[in-house]
Amino acid sequence: MHNPDSGQGGVIFKVFDDVSVERRRQPRPPRPKTARAASVLVRFFSLFAVWLVLSGMFDAFHMTLGAVSCLGVTLFSLRLLPPRADAPFPFRLVFRLPLYGLWLTWEIVKANFWVLYLVFHPRMMEKINPRLITFKSRLTSRGALTVFANSITLTPGTITVSVNERGHFLVHAIDGKSAEGLPGEMEQKIADTFGE
Amino acid sequence: MDHVFLYSAVFISLLMLVSLYRTAAGPTTLDRLMGANAMGTKTTVLILFLGTAFGRLEMFVDIALAYAMLNFISVLAASRYVLKRGLADRP
Amino acid sequence: MDIVMYVLLGLGLLFFTGGTLGLIRLPDVYSRLHMAGKIDTMGSISLIAALFLHEIETFDMAHLLVGLKILLVLFFQFLASPTACHAMVNACLRAGLAPWVKDGQRSDP
Repeated sequence: MHNPDSGQGGVIFKVFDDVSVERRRQPRPPRPKTARAASVLVRFFSLFAVWLVLSGMFDAFHMTLGAVSCLGVTLFSLRLLPPRADAPFPFRLVFRLPLYGLWLTWEIVKANFWVLYLVFHPRMMEKINPRLITFKSRLTSRGALTVFANSITLTPGTITVSVNERGHFLVHAIDGKSAEGLPGEMEQKIADTFGE
Repeated sequence: MDHVFLYSAVFISLLMLVSLYRTAAGPTTLDRLMGANAMGTKTTVLILFLGTAFGRLEMFVDIALAYAMLNFISVLAASRYVLKRGLADRP
Repeated sequence: MDIVMYVLLGLGLLFFTGGTLGLIRLPDVYSRLHMAGKIDTMGSISLIAALFLHEIETFDMAHLLVGLKILLVLFFQFLASPTACHAMVNACLRAGLAPWVKDGQRSDP
Protein backbone atom coordinates (compact mmCIF):
# COMPACT_ATOMS: atom_id res chain seq x y z
CA MET A 1 0.00 0.00 0.00
CA HIS A 2 2.99 2.32 0.31
CA ASN A 3 3.77 1.82 -3.33
CA PRO A 4 0.66 2.49 -5.38
CA ASP A 5 2.40 2.08 -8.74
CA SER A 6 3.62 -1.46 -8.31
CA GLY A 7 1.31 -4.11 -9.65
CA GLN A 8 -0.95 -1.45 -11.13
CA GLY A 9 0.99 -0.55 -14.24
CA GLY A 10 -1.72 -1.79 -16.56
CA VAL A 11 -4.30 -0.11 -18.74
CA ILE A 12 -7.63 1.07 -17.32
CA PHE A 13 -10.67 0.12 -19.38
CA LYS A 14 -14.00 1.83 -18.89
CA VAL A 15 -16.94 -0.53 -18.59
CA PHE A 16 -19.72 1.67 -17.23
CA ASP A 17 -19.45 5.35 -16.55
CA ASP A 18 -18.32 4.66 -13.00
CA VAL A 19 -16.82 1.19 -13.22
CA SER A 20 -13.37 0.73 -14.64
CA VAL A 21 -11.37 -2.46 -14.99
CA GLU A 22 -7.62 -2.57 -14.95
CA ARG A 23 -5.83 -5.06 -17.18
CA ARG A 24 -2.22 -5.86 -16.48
CA ARG A 25 0.33 -5.91 -19.27
CA GLN A 26 2.71 -8.34 -17.65
CA PRO A 27 2.20 -10.97 -14.93
CA ARG A 28 3.22 -10.20 -11.37
CA PRO A 29 6.78 -10.91 -10.29
CA PRO A 30 7.20 -14.19 -8.38
CA ARG A 31 6.39 -13.63 -4.74
CA PRO A 32 8.97 -14.22 -2.01
CA LYS A 33 8.45 -17.11 0.37
CA THR A 34 8.54 -15.08 3.57
CA ALA A 35 5.57 -12.86 2.73
CA ARG A 36 3.55 -15.95 1.85
CA ALA A 37 4.48 -17.72 5.08
CA ALA A 38 3.63 -14.64 7.17
CA SER A 39 0.22 -14.32 5.55
CA VAL A 40 -0.46 -18.05 6.07
CA LEU A 41 0.36 -17.71 9.77
CA VAL A 42 -1.77 -14.60 10.25
CA ARG A 43 -4.75 -16.16 8.50
CA PHE A 44 -4.45 -19.49 10.32
CA PHE A 45 -4.25 -18.01 13.80
CA SER A 46 -7.06 -15.50 13.30
CA LEU A 47 -9.29 -18.28 11.96
CA PHE A 48 -8.33 -20.52 14.88
CA ALA A 49 -9.20 -17.78 17.38
CA VAL A 50 -12.65 -17.49 15.82
CA TRP A 51 -13.00 -21.28 16.01
CA LEU A 52 -12.12 -21.31 19.71
CA VAL A 53 -14.65 -18.59 20.51
CA LEU A 54 -17.41 -20.21 18.50
CA SER A 55 -16.94 -23.79 19.69
CA GLY A 56 -16.12 -23.08 23.32
CA MET A 57 -14.69 -26.56 23.94
CA PHE A 58 -11.04 -26.87 24.82
CA ASP A 59 -10.43 -30.64 24.76
CA ALA A 60 -7.94 -32.26 22.39
CA PHE A 61 -10.48 -33.74 19.97
CA HIS A 62 -12.30 -30.50 19.18
CA MET A 63 -9.11 -28.47 18.96
CA THR A 64 -7.66 -30.99 16.49
CA LEU A 65 -10.80 -30.72 14.37
CA GLY A 66 -10.48 -26.94 14.49
CA ALA A 67 -6.82 -26.97 13.51
CA VAL A 68 -7.49 -29.27 10.55
CA SER A 69 -10.40 -27.24 9.22
CA CYS A 70 -8.62 -23.91 9.76
CA LEU A 71 -5.64 -25.27 7.81
CA GLY A 72 -7.93 -26.29 4.97
CA VAL A 73 -9.64 -22.91 4.82
CA THR A 74 -6.27 -21.14 4.90
CA LEU A 75 -4.97 -23.19 1.97
CA PHE A 76 -8.14 -22.54 -0.03
CA SER A 77 -7.99 -18.83 0.74
CA LEU A 78 -4.47 -18.63 -0.67
CA ARG A 79 -5.88 -19.34 -4.11
CA LEU A 80 -9.02 -17.27 -3.64
CA LEU A 81 -7.35 -14.15 -2.17
CA PRO A 82 -3.64 -14.38 -2.98
CA PRO A 83 -1.43 -12.36 -0.63
CA ARG A 84 0.14 -9.17 -1.91
CA ALA A 85 3.88 -9.72 -2.01
CA ASP A 86 4.87 -6.44 -3.60
CA ALA A 87 3.92 -4.31 -0.60
CA PRO A 88 5.68 -4.48 2.78
CA PHE A 89 3.63 -5.27 5.85
CA PRO A 90 1.84 -2.02 6.82
CA PHE A 91 3.15 -1.50 10.34
CA ARG A 92 2.01 2.11 10.20
CA LEU A 93 -1.64 1.07 9.83
CA VAL A 94 -1.51 -1.24 12.85
CA PHE A 95 -0.95 1.76 15.11
CA ARG A 96 -2.75 4.48 13.18
CA LEU A 97 -5.96 2.66 12.24
CA PRO A 98 -7.30 2.17 15.82
CA LEU A 99 -6.79 5.88 16.50
CA TYR A 100 -8.69 6.72 13.35
CA GLY A 101 -11.40 4.25 14.42
CA LEU A 102 -11.87 6.07 17.73
CA TRP A 103 -12.17 9.43 15.95
CA LEU A 104 -14.61 7.91 13.44
CA THR A 105 -16.77 6.49 16.25
CA TRP A 106 -17.07 9.92 17.83
CA GLU A 107 -18.02 11.45 14.46
CA ILE A 108 -20.63 8.71 13.91
CA VAL A 109 -22.21 9.35 17.32
CA LYS A 110 -22.39 13.12 16.66
CA ALA A 111 -23.92 12.64 13.22
CA ASN A 112 -26.38 10.10 14.64
CA PHE A 113 -27.77 12.63 17.07
CA TRP A 114 -28.07 15.22 14.32
CA VAL A 115 -30.05 12.85 12.06
CA LEU A 116 -32.15 11.78 15.06
CA TYR A 117 -33.00 15.45 15.68
CA LEU A 118 -34.01 15.78 12.02
CA VAL A 119 -36.29 12.75 12.18
CA PHE A 120 -38.07 13.77 15.37
CA HIS A 121 -38.53 17.36 14.19
CA PRO A 122 -42.22 18.07 13.48
CA ARG A 123 -41.48 20.08 10.30
CA MET A 124 -39.02 17.52 8.98
CA MET A 125 -39.93 18.01 5.33
CA GLU A 126 -38.68 21.61 5.45
CA LYS A 127 -35.49 20.67 7.23
CA ILE A 128 -34.25 17.90 4.98
CA ASN A 129 -32.81 18.55 1.55
CA PRO A 130 -31.67 15.32 -0.13
CA ARG A 131 -29.18 15.68 -2.94
CA LEU A 132 -26.49 13.85 -4.87
CA ILE A 133 -23.05 15.43 -4.76
CA THR A 134 -19.84 14.56 -6.59
CA PHE A 135 -16.28 15.36 -5.68
CA LYS A 136 -12.77 14.22 -6.52
CA SER A 137 -10.65 12.91 -3.70
CA ARG A 138 -6.91 13.33 -3.63
CA LEU A 139 -6.32 9.90 -2.09
CA THR A 140 -4.67 7.47 -4.50
CA SER A 141 -4.17 4.01 -2.99
CA ARG A 142 -6.96 1.46 -3.09
CA GLY A 143 -6.93 0.82 0.65
CA ALA A 144 -7.30 4.50 1.50
CA LEU A 145 -10.15 4.91 -0.98
CA THR A 146 -11.94 1.87 0.44
CA VAL A 147 -11.62 3.12 4.00
CA PHE A 148 -12.81 6.57 2.95
CA ALA A 149 -15.86 5.24 1.11
CA ASN A 150 -16.84 2.98 4.00
CA SER A 151 -16.37 5.82 6.50
CA ILE A 152 -18.70 8.02 4.45
CA THR A 153 -21.28 5.24 4.37
CA LEU A 154 -20.98 4.60 8.11
CA THR A 155 -21.54 8.25 8.98
CA PRO A 156 -25.28 8.93 9.11
CA GLY A 157 -26.55 11.45 6.59
CA THR A 158 -24.26 10.40 3.75
CA ILE A 159 -24.10 7.24 1.62
CA THR A 160 -21.40 6.51 -0.95
CA VAL A 161 -23.19 5.52 -4.13
CA SER A 162 -20.13 4.83 -6.24
CA VAL A 163 -16.38 5.34 -6.26
CA ASN A 164 -13.75 4.45 -8.81
CA GLU A 165 -10.00 4.02 -8.72
CA ARG A 166 -9.25 7.60 -9.70
CA GLY A 167 -11.09 8.92 -6.64
CA HIS A 168 -14.33 10.21 -8.14
CA PHE A 169 -17.03 9.94 -5.48
CA LEU A 170 -20.80 10.09 -5.88
CA VAL A 171 -22.46 10.62 -2.52
CA HIS A 172 -26.10 10.90 -1.47
CA ALA A 173 -26.57 13.33 1.40
CA ILE A 174 -29.77 13.85 3.35
CA ASP A 175 -29.38 17.55 4.15
CA GLY A 176 -27.07 20.50 3.63
CA LYS A 177 -25.21 20.20 6.90
CA SER A 178 -24.19 16.60 6.16
CA ALA A 179 -23.19 17.45 2.60
CA GLU A 180 -20.99 20.46 3.28
CA GLY A 181 -18.59 18.53 5.49
CA LEU A 182 -17.30 16.48 2.56
CA PRO A 183 -14.51 15.64 1.83
CA GLY A 184 -12.93 17.93 4.41
CA GLU A 185 -11.52 16.70 7.67
CA MET A 186 -12.16 13.01 7.18
CA GLU A 187 -10.03 12.91 4.01
CA GLN A 188 -7.23 14.70 5.85
CA LYS A 189 -7.32 12.15 8.68
CA ILE A 190 -7.22 9.22 6.26
CA ALA A 191 -4.33 10.80 4.34
CA ASP A 192 -2.44 11.10 7.64
CA THR A 193 -3.27 7.50 8.55
CA PHE A 194 -2.09 6.03 5.26
CA GLY A 195 0.85 8.39 4.96
CA GLU A 196 -0.11 10.04 1.68
CA MET B 1 -33.20 -7.26 36.22
CA ASP B 2 -34.15 -9.57 33.39
CA HIS B 3 -37.51 -7.84 33.13
CA VAL B 4 -35.78 -4.80 31.64
CA PHE B 5 -34.69 -6.89 28.69
CA LEU B 6 -38.11 -8.52 28.43
CA TYR B 7 -39.91 -5.17 28.21
CA SER B 8 -37.32 -3.94 25.71
CA ALA B 9 -38.03 -7.05 23.62
CA VAL B 10 -41.76 -6.26 23.66
CA PHE B 11 -41.04 -2.69 22.58
CA ILE B 12 -38.76 -3.88 19.77
CA SER B 13 -41.44 -6.22 18.47
CA LEU B 14 -43.90 -3.30 18.39
CA LEU B 15 -41.35 -1.36 16.33
CA MET B 16 -41.06 -4.37 14.01
CA LEU B 17 -44.79 -4.12 13.36
CA VAL B 18 -44.28 -0.52 12.22
CA SER B 19 -41.43 -1.61 9.95
CA LEU B 20 -43.74 -4.28 8.57
CA TYR B 21 -45.97 -1.48 7.29
CA ARG B 22 -43.13 -0.24 5.08
CA THR B 23 -42.46 -3.78 3.91
CA ALA B 24 -46.10 -4.34 2.98
CA ALA B 25 -46.95 -0.91 1.57
CA GLY B 26 -43.66 0.32 0.12
CA PRO B 27 -44.16 1.74 -3.35
CA THR B 28 -41.16 0.00 -4.92
CA THR B 29 -39.46 -3.36 -4.47
CA LEU B 30 -36.40 -1.71 -2.97
CA ASP B 31 -38.63 -0.21 -0.25
CA ARG B 32 -39.84 -3.66 0.66
CA LEU B 33 -36.32 -5.04 0.67
CA MET B 34 -35.22 -2.21 2.94
CA GLY B 35 -38.12 -2.78 5.32
CA ALA B 36 -37.20 -6.46 5.50
CA ASN B 37 -33.59 -5.53 6.22
CA ALA B 38 -34.64 -3.20 9.03
CA MET B 39 -36.80 -5.96 10.50
CA GLY B 40 -33.89 -8.38 10.29
CA THR B 41 -31.63 -5.99 12.19
CA LYS B 42 -34.24 -5.71 14.91
CA THR B 43 -34.80 -9.49 14.97
CA THR B 44 -31.12 -10.11 15.74
CA VAL B 45 -31.39 -7.97 18.86
CA LEU B 46 -34.77 -9.48 19.71
CA ILE B 47 -33.36 -13.03 19.65
CA LEU B 48 -30.56 -11.99 22.01
CA PHE B 49 -32.99 -10.32 24.44
CA LEU B 50 -35.33 -13.31 24.40
CA GLY B 51 -32.34 -15.48 25.22
CA THR B 52 -31.83 -13.38 28.35
CA ALA B 53 -35.50 -13.78 29.24
CA PHE B 54 -35.33 -17.56 28.85
CA GLY B 55 -32.01 -17.76 30.65
CA ARG B 56 -30.38 -19.71 27.81
CA LEU B 57 -28.25 -16.98 26.26
CA GLU B 58 -25.42 -19.35 25.30
CA MET B 59 -27.80 -21.12 22.91
CA PHE B 60 -29.57 -18.06 21.54
CA VAL B 61 -26.38 -16.17 20.74
CA ASP B 62 -25.48 -18.75 18.09
CA ILE B 63 -28.93 -18.39 16.56
CA ALA B 64 -28.54 -14.61 16.54
CA LEU B 65 -25.16 -14.83 14.81
CA ALA B 66 -26.56 -17.15 12.14
CA TYR B 67 -29.58 -14.88 11.70
CA ALA B 68 -27.42 -11.81 11.23
CA MET B 69 -25.37 -13.57 8.55
CA LEU B 70 -28.50 -14.88 6.83
CA ASN B 71 -30.02 -11.39 6.80
CA PHE B 72 -26.88 -9.95 5.25
CA ILE B 73 -26.62 -12.64 2.57
CA SER B 74 -30.30 -12.40 1.65
CA VAL B 75 -30.10 -8.61 1.25
CA LEU B 76 -27.05 -8.98 -0.97
CA ALA B 77 -28.72 -11.65 -3.10
CA ALA B 78 -31.94 -9.68 -3.53
CA SER B 79 -29.98 -6.53 -4.41
CA ARG B 80 -28.01 -8.42 -7.03
CA TYR B 81 -31.25 -9.77 -8.47
CA VAL B 82 -32.75 -6.28 -8.76
CA LEU B 83 -29.46 -5.00 -10.17
CA LYS B 84 -29.47 -7.59 -12.96
CA ARG B 85 -33.15 -7.73 -13.79
CA GLY B 86 -34.44 -4.24 -13.07
CA LEU B 87 -37.67 -3.34 -11.34
CA ALA B 88 -40.95 -4.70 -12.66
CA ASP B 89 -43.21 -2.35 -10.71
CA ARG B 90 -41.32 0.82 -11.47
CA PRO B 91 -43.53 3.84 -10.74
CA MET C 1 -21.56 -0.59 35.31
CA ASP C 2 -25.32 -0.75 35.75
CA ILE C 3 -25.79 2.92 34.93
CA VAL C 4 -23.76 2.59 31.72
CA MET C 5 -25.86 -0.42 30.78
CA TYR C 6 -29.15 1.42 31.31
CA VAL C 7 -27.91 4.46 29.37
CA LEU C 8 -26.89 2.25 26.44
CA LEU C 9 -30.23 0.43 26.58
CA GLY C 10 -32.20 3.68 26.52
CA LEU C 11 -30.07 5.10 23.72
CA GLY C 12 -30.51 1.95 21.64
CA LEU C 13 -34.29 2.00 22.04
CA LEU C 14 -34.30 5.71 21.16
CA PHE C 15 -32.30 5.04 18.00
CA PHE C 16 -34.60 2.18 17.02
CA THR C 17 -37.65 4.39 17.51
CA GLY C 18 -36.10 7.18 15.45
CA GLY C 19 -35.07 4.80 12.69
CA THR C 20 -38.53 3.27 12.44
CA LEU C 21 -40.17 6.71 12.51
CA GLY C 22 -37.88 7.86 9.71
CA LEU C 23 -38.66 4.72 7.74
CA ILE C 24 -42.30 5.79 7.78
CA ARG C 25 -41.97 9.56 7.42
CA LEU C 26 -39.23 10.19 4.86
CA PRO C 27 -40.21 10.79 1.23
CA ASP C 28 -38.12 8.48 -0.98
CA VAL C 29 -36.02 5.32 -1.14
CA TYR C 30 -32.64 7.01 -0.80
CA SER C 31 -33.43 8.98 2.33
CA ARG C 32 -35.20 6.01 3.91
CA LEU C 33 -32.05 4.02 3.31
CA HIS C 34 -30.22 6.38 5.66
CA MET C 35 -32.62 5.28 8.38
CA ALA C 36 -32.68 1.53 7.70
CA GLY C 37 -28.97 1.33 7.08
CA LYS C 38 -27.43 3.40 9.82
CA ILE C 39 -29.66 4.69 12.59
CA ASP C 40 -30.91 1.13 13.08
CA THR C 41 -27.36 -0.22 13.06
CA MET C 42 -26.33 2.30 15.70
CA GLY C 43 -29.33 1.25 17.79
CA SER C 44 -28.54 -2.42 17.53
CA ILE C 45 -24.88 -1.81 18.39
CA SER C 46 -25.90 0.10 21.53
CA LEU C 47 -28.34 -2.61 22.58
CA ILE C 48 -25.85 -5.43 21.99
CA ALA C 49 -23.21 -3.51 23.96
CA ALA C 50 -25.69 -3.15 26.83
CA LEU C 51 -26.33 -6.90 26.75
CA PHE C 52 -22.57 -7.54 26.72
CA LEU C 53 -22.12 -5.43 29.86
CA HIS C 54 -24.98 -7.30 31.53
CA GLU C 55 -23.48 -10.65 30.55
CA ILE C 56 -19.95 -10.16 31.87
CA GLU C 57 -21.18 -8.81 35.19
CA THR C 58 -20.71 -12.25 36.73
CA PHE C 59 -17.22 -12.94 35.54
CA ASP C 60 -16.23 -16.53 34.76
CA MET C 61 -15.21 -18.63 31.78
CA ALA C 62 -18.67 -19.54 30.46
CA HIS C 63 -19.96 -15.97 30.69
CA LEU C 64 -16.81 -14.67 29.05
CA LEU C 65 -17.29 -17.04 26.09
CA VAL C 66 -20.88 -15.90 25.60
CA GLY C 67 -19.71 -12.29 25.89
CA LEU C 68 -17.10 -12.85 23.20
CA LYS C 69 -19.76 -14.33 20.94
CA ILE C 70 -21.94 -11.27 21.55
CA LEU C 71 -18.99 -9.09 20.56
CA LEU C 72 -18.68 -11.19 17.39
CA VAL C 73 -22.33 -10.41 16.55
CA LEU C 74 -21.62 -6.71 17.15
CA PHE C 75 -18.53 -6.74 14.95
CA PHE C 76 -20.42 -8.52 12.20
CA GLN C 77 -23.23 -5.95 12.29
CA PHE C 78 -20.65 -3.17 12.05
CA LEU C 79 -19.04 -4.85 9.04
CA ALA C 80 -22.17 -5.95 7.20
CA SER C 81 -24.26 -2.81 7.49
CA PRO C 82 -22.34 -0.51 5.08
CA THR C 83 -22.00 -3.34 2.57
CA ALA C 84 -25.73 -4.10 2.54
CA CYS C 85 -26.48 -0.37 2.42
CA HIS C 86 -24.18 0.08 -0.54
CA ALA C 87 -25.66 -2.91 -2.38
CA MET C 88 -29.16 -1.49 -1.97
CA VAL C 89 -28.28 2.05 -3.03
CA ASN C 90 -26.45 0.71 -6.06
CA ALA C 91 -29.49 -1.36 -7.03
CA CYS C 92 -31.72 1.72 -6.59
CA LEU C 93 -29.56 3.84 -8.89
CA ARG C 94 -29.16 1.19 -11.57
CA ALA C 95 -32.89 0.52 -11.51
CA GLY C 96 -33.36 4.16 -12.46
CA LEU C 97 -35.24 5.47 -9.45
CA ALA C 98 -34.97 9.26 -9.39
CA PRO C 99 -34.00 10.80 -6.04
CA TRP C 100 -36.62 13.01 -4.42
CA VAL C 101 -35.59 16.68 -4.27
CA LYS C 102 -37.21 19.77 -2.86
CA ASP C 103 -39.40 21.96 -5.08
CA GLY C 104 -37.48 24.36 -7.26
CA GLN C 105 -34.28 22.31 -7.27
CA ARG C 106 -33.04 19.55 -9.45
CA SER C 107 -30.80 16.63 -8.73
CA ASP C 108 -27.32 17.50 -9.83
CA PRO C 109 -25.54 14.71 -11.75
